[in-house]
Amino acid sequence: MPKDHGIGASPKRREDVRFLTGAGNYTDDINVHGQAYVHFLRSDVAHGKISKIDTSAAEGMPGVVRIFTGADFEGVGGLPCGWQVTDKHGEPMKEPAHPVLCQGKVRHVGDPIAAVVADSLEEARTAAEAIVVDIEELPAVVDMGKALEAGATKVHDDLDDNLCYDWQFGTDTETTDAAFKSAAHVTTLELVNNRLVANPMEPRVAVGDYSRAGDDYTLYTTSQNPHVIRLLMGAFVLGIPEHKLRVVAPDVGGGFGTKIFHYAEEAFCTFAAKACNRPVKWTSTRSEAFMSDAHGRDHVTRIELALDKDNNFIGVRTDTKANMGAYLSTFSSSVPTWLHGTLMAGNYKTPAVQVNVKAVFTNTVPVDAYRGAGRPEATFQLERVIDQAARELGVDPIALRRQNFITQFPYATPVAVEYDTGDYEATMAKMEELMDIPGFAARRAESEKKGMLRGLGVNCFIEACGIAPSNLVGQLGARAGLYDAATVRVNATGSISVMVGAHSHGQGHETVFPQVVAEMLGIDESMIDIVHGDTSKIPFGMGTYGSRSLAVCGSAMVRATEKIINKAKKIAGHLLEASDSDIELKDGMFSVAGTDKSVAWGDVTLAAYVPHNYPLEEIEPGLEETAFYDPANFTYPAGAYACEVEVDPETGKVTIEKFVSADDFGNVVNPMIVEGQVHGGIAQGIGQALLENCAYDENGQLLSASYMDYAMPRADDIPHMAHYVVDHSCQTPCTHNPLGVKGCGEAGAIGSPPTVVNAVIDALHSGGHTHVSHIDMPVSPSRVWAAMNGQ
Amino acid sequence: MTKVTMTVNGKSVSGDVKGNTLLTDFLRDDLRLTGTHVGCDTSQCGACVVHVNGEAVKSCTMFAAEADGAEVKTIEGMANADGSLNVIQQAFQEHHGLQCGFCTPGMVMSAAALLKENPKPSEAEVRDYLEGNICRCTGYHNIVKAIMAASGQDVAAVAAE
Repeated sequence: MPKDHGIGASPKRREDVRFLTGAGNYTDDINVHGQAYVHFLRSDVAHGKISKIDTSAAEGMPGVVRIFTGADFEGVGGLPCGWQVTDKHGEPMKEPAHPVLCQGKVRHVGDPIAAVVADSLEEARTAAEAIVVDIEELPAVVDMGKALEAGATKVHDDLDDNLCYDWQFGTDTETTDAAFKSAAHVTTLELVNNRLVANPMEPRVAVGDYSRAGDDYTLYTTSQNPHVIRLLMGAFVLGIPEHKLRVVAPDVGGGFGTKIFHYAEEAFCTFAAKACNRPVKWTSTRSEAFMSDAHGRDHVTRIELALDKDNNFIGVRTDTKANMGAYLSTFSSSVPTWLHGTLMAGNYKTPAVQVNVKAVFTNTVPVDAYRGAGRPEATFQLERVIDQAARELGVDPIALRRQNFITQFPYATPVAVEYDTGDYEATMAKMEELMDIPGFAARRAESEKKGMLRGLGVNCFIEACGIAPSNLVGQLGARAGLYDAATVRVNATGSISVMVGAHSHGQGHETVFPQVVAEMLGIDESMIDIVHGDTSKIPFGMGTYGSRSLAVCGSAMVRATEKIINKAKKIAGHLLEASDSDIELKDGMFSVAGTDKSVAWGDVTLAAYVPHNYPLEEIEPGLEETAFYDPANFTYPAGAYACEVEVDPETGKVTIEKFVSADDFGNVVNPMIVEGQVHGGIAQGIGQALLENCAYDENGQLLSASYMDYAMPRADDIPHMAHYVVDHSCQTPCTHNPLGVKGCGEAGAIGSPPTVVNAVIDALHSGGHTHVSHIDMPVSPSRVWAAMNGQ
Repeated sequence: MTKVTMTVNGKSVSGDVKGNTLLTDFLRDDLRLTGTHVGCDTSQCGACVVHVNGEAVKSCTMFAAEADGAEVKTIEGMANADGSLNVIQQAFQEHHGLQCGFCTPGMVMSAAALLKENPKPSEAEVRDYLEGNICRCTGYHNIVKAIMAASGQDVAAVAAE
């Protein structure tokens, strides 16, 4: 019988009722009395010197409150980067200024040149059209290879070139070279990990408000981590002390990484609220989102895999160029390095792994973390090259993976991380069972009867989640700690508010977190509410990304709840005239072990707040505890995925016919929500593999700036229910956090792209197109057709 | 400014609108019915779907003035008379057909329109009908399941086929 409450149950989500009735409270639903509206005048060219901005005509237009340009922000800090990467020569990365509004130059299409604040949005937009901007256009740097050529136009004039850093990591060159020299076989692939746009359905919004009474500010914003925004914007950009700045992220309509970062528009609205003495609101249009939300991925990689005569992996070497865009977004520098290089061992016991990454500035929108962040890029390279190696060697791709699996844990990889636990054989076997691998030949024959090519693709992955041990990431250049925090406030009548640093923007924390506390206390979940998203209410926590909410913030909540239980037992011991060490808590009752003496949860909580009969000389009244939790290690979810595709040889169109994921997330608190997370991640991975591409032309014009041009996955791009299974029954609990959980938010997006591409290549080979070793994503009909036809 | 009068969720409402005021903006800004969402500017995403005279309409593609005299229904008007979730809303909750909730109002309104014209849609028909509604969170699987369940079909049996 599945559980109906507590850990392991799937109660219906409590947040659903407001979302299903139109009662959600998203940032754009917030209007502050007297608010003005801002419209940003954005660059329509990729690169140029601003020779003149004339706002005089616009200033007199109806409704205009004030017009701002870069000059207004000269005394204000730029947008900071949160991670200092050190290059292979020991030098710090290049960190060019990132002004709130352009100063002197525009560096990508969408770079904000001026901001018009007006009584209405329409008036702001109209006035912006009257601003005269003369831009002396410069050649745009778009292609990363060309950006690194000697003499290339520089995105930042004060840097020597367009190289942000040249990073090397893992096994030393001598050892790596020796592995490759001794190899019986080396497989090499050149791959593009396509640039994507995260596209949460809610565009970004910011409302800045300033109170002269308290000389304090409130920013309402679409953020995954309000405390991070408060810290970055307050300390580094605007110079506002934390106690004078409140950041509120209410209901947020999806994030996927792109709402982690601190953006210029947030700083602008906060700054302008004081400058204009009016609240200032900005609501992004979707077109604006395409040119101002940080993009994701955009790596170009050459990967080599060395195998010995028995097909054991003996070396992996990669050479990657990673696009940073025009400026360093908040966590951009960490994505191609510490979130990518550390995962290049994958699920395999390869002794030598060396990762080389050049980060490059170009005249494009900044690139930062998007669902998976570095780990999808690592998995894609490794799992594509393994598949190709199996093909070149004429061996079964499943058997080749299996032969090279890590089987002993803990396992220290050559790329600096230690996997605490896992069972890759278990997920592989589960995948094989659910996929019915033996039945594939018959299914292929059926497809062939219809004139279609059918392919089977498999993939294994490992990811590092639960970001992160602060002392470790500090050594690696992070400029923040990555713990999280929770306050458990028990009220007099026994109800509980849990204030958490994590932020829910679709993940269902309001339902899941109470399941844990209820289980620990033995009380009803309905007595527990989660409070999140408001720095004035919650403890200092680092927010939600990297599949960390339950593993890190949930652990803090467990620790705080343990403190509550300890104190409550002392109170109960006093009430029962027994030692607190003899007190047991079960089903919301405190009892003296071995007796029938007990007091209820509510009696204890009431005593804490009405301490008439209370050990005041020993403990304080009240029942509220806070815990900060700093993880001892990352968590390492892993899985095995498979899919079958049909390729139409006439058109090159790819259809996913069957998809199976077998994940190991450790313990699972709410299976329904975990499966939903995997469904969502897989859809985004299918989007990356088959549909999505953020495209620039050679002049740096953004070609995919709306849903007319950027192909989002639709309902009919996803496999039908009867041919689609997500499984999480293989569970090796995390060894170092109290819940034994690993995180499930990103797995689908990490595991699915190589699965799909591997299946397409397999289909083409079955049709005799044996010259095709790789097709870059998105694997569109035209690319498949071109590959089939040798073009 | 033009005066418009329409029935929204069963109540007669009126307001002064400009010729270029979109129905979305009239609902959100003038009537404070903020359940109707705006997720794009090219009429692709479907977060703004409402019913106008019983038909599903992307309210970002219609001027408020065009809805003068019309019967409009938004997500705020979908619950049962006693305030409980209607059968479609219940199915979305039951089958976890929503995560962040931003596309959800449009999904529910589209689902209602689909089931009105096709009370027992096949899975392929549901997926095809949702062409104009984008969800970035759920991967659609549970949305499709919820809509089929709301139509009275046994989704466990469909999945086992």
